[in-house]
Amino acid sequence: MPNWVDEVEPMTFKGQIAVPYTWWVGDTGSRFLEAIRDQATFLGTRCPDCDTVYVPPRKNCGRCFTALDQWVEIARRGVVTAFTIVRANHPLQPVKSPFAYALIRLDGASVSILHLITKDLARLSIGVTVEAHFKEASQRTGHILDIDHFQII
Amino acid sequence: MPQRVAIVGTGQTDHKSHRPDVNQREMINEAVVRALEDCEMTIRDIDAIIIGNMDHFESINYVDTWSVEGSGGVMKPIMKITTGGTTGASVAIAAYYHVASGLFDKVLAIGWEKNSESDTTAAIVTCSDPVWDRFSYSGAIPSLASEASAYMEQYGATQHDAARVAVRDRKNAMNNPHAHLRKPVTIEDVMASPMLAYPVKLGDVCPRTDGACAVVLAADGIAQKVTPRPAWFVASAVRHTYTWFGDSTDYDQGLVSLKNASREAYQKAGIRNPADELDVAELYLPYTYAGLKYIEALDFCAPGHGPRFVADGHTEIDGKIPVNPSGGVISTNCIGATALLRVAEAAIQIMGKGGKRQVHGANLALATGFGGCFWSDVVLLCGDRP
Repeated sequence: MPNWVDEVEPMTFKGQIAVPYTWWVGDTGSRFLEAIRDQATFLGTRCPDCDTVYVPPRKNCGRCFTALDQWVEIARRGVVTAFTIVRANHPLQPVKSPFAYALIRLDGASVSILHLITKDLARLSIGVTVEAHFKEASQRTGHILDIDHFQII
Repeated sequence: MPQRVAIVGTGQTDHKSHRPDVNQREMINEAVVRALEDCEMTIRDIDAIIIGNMDHFESINYVDTWSVEGSGGVMKPIMKITTGGTTGASVAIAAYYHVASGLFDKVLAIGWEKNSESDTTAAIVTCSDPVWDRFSYSGAIPSLASEASAYMEQYGATQHDAARVAVRDRKNAMNNPHAHLRKPVTIEDVMASPMLAYPVKLGDVCPRTDGACAVVLAADGIAQKVTPRPAWFVASAVRHTYTWFGDSTDYDQGLVSLKNASREAYQKAGIRNPADELDVAELYLPYTYAGLKYIEALDFCAPGHGPRFVADGHTEIDGKIPVNPSGGVISTNCIGATALLRVAEAAIQIMGKGGKRQVHGANLALATGFGGCFWSDVVLLCGDRP
């Protein structure tokens, strides 16, 4: 039986479509991003029915299906609830390895926020207290990475 | 024997070109909250959720799971249905199947799109075969323009004939507080608008809209308790053809998928003369020429008679078979929601909640979906329990 690739060249076809996406953050999320950019502070929203405090803020509580309009200021400190230390490098990663992706529950919040821990990784463990370190005011653009990293204290 | 199923509530956003004030989940939530309010239910009453939007439009892969906060799907069965332009109708039909099966009694159907967040044409292009069709013909305009010129050649229809469809739909949109384009146009406006690809001009085509629609379906026994006048499913039909344009589109045969789907639905419903027996039709007409050609596939009139039928006023809100009292797709096109809006608007007519766009005494309503490479969904709703 002849091998088909000896008879015909296996063709491929390269895609050329790059769809540009721009996502509106919405008024609720925009307030949070504005607060980290302009004041280097965290804002959350509280559910009047179940008392859950969401950071980043949500416009409605998914569990209670209630609209959220109670704003709460949240501490810069919190505890690590889960993490993984990244050893390999990849162009999509925001910083060079080694670093940790961590879920951090800020004091006053009911849910954790995802961010980076870049230093003292030997001291990193679940339950350790961390504090947000922001970029210089001139470097902040209203992006989640306006928080440069969380520092173990 | 399947359960009988009715639509008992609808909700939709106030459609706009851009919704910077909300993210996608939040926009979905607006429609869901309105649908639940419409039938005085809470999210706790809902057994399961079907949701859909267009693949690649917002770069969100798992819309079903990702959107639960907005849709109300936290800890509920939820699934995504996506079938291109017909998505919204497919969502409604899948929700209908869910309730009809007897496994669920109250199901929420959601369609949505935030067109402002991506490049609609670039995303639509991904619907066609990457090797054979994608390099040129794909996207919404080229295939529709070819269909339109073939139709004109076959029957002698003119650009003026097509413009009348835009005039009708945009006039009707003035009566719909949720519609996106609420500004009437004249035949002259359409004729003077920029040519995109002959014979399709800017005034002939639908806009890109940000919006969402939600519909609540309930089983027989519950529906009557929830709302005084449920809109009962009488029939639904789905037809998909090839995705290679050369195989799917012998344009001279009319819109075959719609012809086929509507015949099945009419047969199930015992309809012999659709234009006489239907009270209202909410049709997925993505561009004006569809308003001539697709009503022939639906047997509202004979092949080639579409232009005369429209010009004679039979599809006006006070005509023989009012088409698109909502303003239709030419006035509002949040694509994943668009076909669900047709179903919702048909239900609104039967429930008598149309306000200024209400067709007097509407009892039997047709909704259609159109998408991709000329495929079709059909839903028939009735005020009488089947």
